[in-house]
Amino acid sequence: MASNTIKIRAQLNGEVAAVKSLITHPMESGQRKDAKTGEIVPAHFIEEIICTLNGQTILTALWGGSISKNPYLAFNVQGAKSGDTISLKWTDNKGDTDTAELKIGS
Amino acid sequence: MKNQRRVFLQSFLGGLAGIVTGVFIQPLRALAAWPAELFNAADIKGALGGNEATATGEINLKAPDIAENGAVVPVTVETNLSNVETITILVKENQRPLSAVFILGPGVQPNISTRIKMAKTSEVIAVVKSGDKRLSASKEVKVTIGGCGG
Repeated sequence: MASNTIKIRAQLNGEVAAVKSLITHPMESGQRKDAKTGEIVPAHFIEEIICTLNGQTILTALWGGSISKNPYLAFNVQGAKSGDTISLKWTDNKGDTDTAELKIGS
Repeated sequence: MKNQRRVFLQSFLGGLAGIVTGVFIQPLRALAAWPAELFNAADIKGALGGNEATATGEINLKAPDIAENGAVVPVTVETNLSNVETITILVKENQRPLSAVFILGPGVQPNISTRIKMAKTSEVIAVVKSGDKRLSASKEVKVTIGGCGG
């Protein structure tokens, strides 16, 4: 299991939390050729991201290999308050996963 | 005669079983597994599972006019439409057009940003599913350096 691949931040603006995250991942599409060997670099990309707020799923992202390397994801969630827990979990096409949790600050 | 009837019955029952399982499996798959057939599709229609989307001015698709680096193209999809269930991002000229599908749960506003790879200059398309309607917006993004190993 991968670790420390997720950076996540949430900024509360009234009742709306602006969530921003950056994930360290190669996001190989499986179509790119290695510049030296000319061989196709095998696909290795995040297929699914699940974000939860206090344990309830609020956003599911299904991704293909055409999301940029070290992906960025930003969204806003309404009804969040200080002290709420936001979590983000990714799963890639090799079955690897990582999870990060964040308590929304005031 | 008898033999023919048997063959007919078998194929009929087989077809019926196929229809029944198809009906039950479809909703489950829509919720769970990564939809490989959509992500591997080579055209927009295939990537949308055969569904058509109607163009609308109600979706704000933000992307640069010119992307100097096709490997990192920032895209934001925003809309005031209500009951948004999913937001889909596609790149028409990519070998596999489907880039991302976002399934919005409770409280999440229809305003999502990410970064995508573009192989070459192409139309970027956002499709928003609101209730049983599929609406789309598109924007041409010029790519000066390719996103795939260029």
